[in-house]
Amino acid sequence: MAIEDDVTVVGGGIAGMTAALAAAREGVDVRLLSHKDSTLKSASGLVDVLGYLPESDGEGPLSDPFEAIPQLPDAHPYRTVGVEGVREALAVFDGVVGDRYRGDHTDRNALVPTHGGAVKPTARYPASAAAGLASDDRSALLVGFETVTDFDAPLAADHLESAGVPFAARGATISFPGDFRVDAKITRFADALDADERVAVQGDGYTTELPVREALAEAVKPHLRGAERVGFPALLGQHRPDEVRESLEAELGAAVFEVPMGPPSIPGMRLEGALTGACREAGVRFTTGNPVVDYEEGGRAGSEDIAAVRVERNGAAIPFHADQFVLATGGLVGKGIDSDREGVAEPIFDCHVPHSGDRYDWFADAAFGDHPFARFGVETDDDLRPLDRRGDVEFPNLRAAGAVLGGHDFAAEKSGAGVSLATGVAAGRSAAKEVSDS
Amino acid sequence: MTATTDVLVVGGGSTGTGIARDLAMRGVDVTLVEKGNLTHGTTGRMHGLLHSGGRYAVSDQASAEECIEENRVLRDIAGHCVEETGGQFVQLEGDPDEYFEEKLEGCRECGIPAEVLSAEEAREEEPYLTKDVKRAIRVPDGAVDPFRLCVANAVSAENHGARVETHAEVIDLLGDDERITGAEIRHETGPGKRSHGKSGETEEIRAEYVVNATGAWAGRIGEMAGVDIEVRPSKGVMVVMNCRQVDTVINRCRPKGDADIVVPHETTAILGTTDEEVEDPEDYPEERWEVDLMIDELKRLVPILGEARTVRSFWGVRPLYEPPEVGSSDPTDITRDYFLLDHEERDDLHGLTSIVGGKFTTYRMMAEEISDHVCDQLGVSATCRTAEVPLPGSEDESVLDAGMDRFGLRSPVARRSTQRLGSRADEVLSSVEPNPVLCDCEAVTRAEVRDAIDQSGTDLNAVRIRTRASMGNCQGGFCCHRMASELHPEFDEPQAYAALDDLFEERWKGERHALWGEQLSQAGLNYALHSATMNRDRDPADREEAIAFGEFDGGQRGD
Repeated sequence: MAIEDDVTVVGGGIAGMTAALAAAREGVDVRLLSHKDSTLKSASGLVDVLGYLPESDGEGPLSDPFEAIPQLPDAHPYRTVGVEGVREALAVFDGVVGDRYRGDHTDRNALVPTHGGAVKPTARYPASAAAGLASDDRSALLVGFETVTDFDAPLAADHLESAGVPFAARGATISFPGDFRVDAKITRFADALDADERVAVQGDGYTTELPVREALAEAVKPHLRGAERVGFPALLGQHRPDEVRESLEAELGAAVFEVPMGPPSIPGMRLEGALTGACREAGVRFTTGNPVVDYEEGGRAGSEDIAAVRVERNGAAIPFHADQFVLATGGLVGKGIDSDREGVAEPIFDCHVPHSGDRYDWFADAAFGDHPFARFGVETDDDLRPLDRRGDVEFPNLRAAGAVLGGHDFAAEKSGAGVSLATGVAAGRSAAKEVSDS
Repeated sequence: MTATTDVLVVGGGSTGTGIARDLAMRGVDVTLVEKGNLTHGTTGRMHGLLHSGGRYAVSDQASAEECIEENRVLRDIAGHCVEETGGQFVQLEGDPDEYFEEKLEGCRECGIPAEVLSAEEAREEEPYLTKDVKRAIRVPDGAVDPFRLCVANAVSAENHGARVETHAEVIDLLGDDERITGAEIRHETGPGKRSHGKSGETEEIRAEYVVNATGAWAGRIGEMAGVDIEVRPSKGVMVVMNCRQVDTVINRCRPKGDADIVVPHETTAILGTTDEEVEDPEDYPEERWEVDLMIDELKRLVPILGEARTVRSFWGVRPLYEPPEVGSSDPTDITRDYFLLDHEERDDLHGLTSIVGGKFTTYRMMAEEISDHVCDQLGVSATCRTAEVPLPGSEDESVLDAGMDRFGLRSPVARRSTQRLGSRADEVLSSVEPNPVLCDCEAVTRAEVRDAIDQSGTDLNAVRIRTRASMGNCQGGFCCHRMASELHPEFDEPQAYAALDDLFEERWKGERHALWGEQLSQAGLNYALHSATMNRDRDPADREEAIAFGEFDGGQRGD
């Protein structure tokens, strides 16, 4: 018997999971297909909505993202879902993550220190990053670890001060207590903190064993010198971050926060866990580990519908039938958009991706220039259905969400998670509604 | 500010550093100035082929003989810079038989070991060769790391008392119409940015003799001296692949043509090249057709190149020279031979000699000849020893082996480090604890980066060429900031960030020519990491205007 669902979502990142969740909550059967780890593992775990307007050289950061959304160009995905769509999606998000995220008490963006030593505007931040906000005037000590090479705490502290933050910042680099390998992954430290493993610590002429949270606090204390809050690279526990943080705060007598990091991003993984949990609770079925390679057309004469997508498994192509489909495969980074020397394509449905025929027009000359490639993606109608080169809907039962959408540069605008959430919720609800109406 | 020296060498490429080493070893007081970092001009932009001479065995036998001679010397004195890959000249079905025979004959005439391989044998050695191989000639081509070799020459020169000054551009020559007596240089530094030489000032360096070893830029120095040096710069593209599709150098065996060589180099393979005369060695078009030509032509030799991941492309400029009376119209006809232009003989101008033409493989021989000439002028009788004395890092292979043992042969990181560092491995790797890997693609550890910083200060591009950090698949996306962090606190925060920006831009520049497929996806990731995750594109520290922090979320304290 064929595999048959009401809605099939392709892609397991924020957009895909949000679409699946939103659809499932409308009471339809939803299946989510995903291939590899999503880019959530590479993202910071911050939920940006809009930090800068496009082409806003020197302007911004925006303190109120909602106020700025109507100023975006027409092709921007936010213009498709509208300010209300963004607010609704954030409400869904806030409900899913509960206490794990902060920022919903105000419309204003928060400025969060980055592991590169800058601050960046974001709308929702993990509770673990809350004590680190740059608008807070408490003095801060940043603590880095010798073998965690992505975060140089003294350099980051100096750089924060040169950005004029309203607090004193100092940095210290210490050795993570215990006998960890030089090439230990940051997840190894996080696991040790979760379990509060006992580690060997050198004292004055003796060796003793301490729980690692206490040992870490002891190693930080000599550098504290009255700092009111202490920031660590984001590795303070994968599963029990609140508990780890509270232990450290109690030992140190100071607030503790995490500085979000690049891959592998523990806050990103925690967020992935929260979204997956919510999806499962809502009844979403997950089929993972194999790629969706193409699709089957509808059987009815004259129909332009998609009947099924095909997943490649051990050389066989397995069709997954559904009434409605959501394409949430990501952008260039997530491989939802593919390219070769000749052109740019959406590889599963071959949806139209506007781009110049000359690949030398795909980028700007400066590394941080206004890159056309950053905007590569599908264009849609106002129901998020991808459009072909003539501006007609590609397939009546296909919607797109997240980074596979063109028309926005999430990295420059700081809008990645917000676009995924807003278009995910809209696409999921719309797909479910279509099922219910038919 | 004024300094004096016996000989001022202008140009920090292979020839310049080779001359500095040679003269310094003969006891001459030498100062070398280079406007960029070492290898900044042509040397750092070659495909890394250590010629066997086979390439010139038909067209230019004198060059071929020099190549095989120097090929042997470099294996001896610079073992840690050379990989003895071997090479093949591959004949495809349809390529002329006569030329194959001529090539084979030419190799034998020039003393180049050459062996004919059947199609099966050739493909057994290199399984990715096309099935259209008819036969091949095996020759002792190799791969050489021009950065490491050039740096080793400079270090050796310094060890013998030379002064090597990078980021020091000659802005004028001293002297008059009859005699050159030195140069005025400008140190490219300034408060808060860089700190290689003195802070942003000019310096007069007075010298008994000046050697112009600026290659394709020789005409510029000539202009300052009022003499005419007709260098004919010719550009060539190189395309860098993300892994080694071949382990030996693969040459197409046909008379001449663009896109006919693949050189395995460290973790990559480099495709080359074109040969196009340009007006200005610093400003010439880098064109899409050149990149496409490399892939489309060379996939006929090695078909998987058509599908392989390209990480970047770069262009180099050959310092071609031919005596004015020859007048070739096609740059591929111009000899690869080198010329010593004594401006006293040629232009009645004392105290200056230029060296032009030539190729990387014979840099040492060129350096020897010009050093002989300079010593003649100065009345110095010491003889050249550069063919016998190993370069720093290559002195003692047993040290290398001991280092590999000590750091564990099983570790690919330690193996790569010891290969790069040669006999210095033990000293460098034991200098820093703990010693995590900073560049995962190329397995470069903190100790190597710090060692390179000790040598080159805040110039992270100089650190890059010494270590290969940031030269792998990710093109620096994951490691540029880690490298910059190692500058601090020795260098202050603005210097570290300026150095980071420089390196990041430099990496981007070459990657632009490989932006499709996997590498475009990688570029998207790098851009997202540095822009979205770190906000480096709109870093508030770079703003003129202060941020109104009070207008942003101040958090909910006490909850």
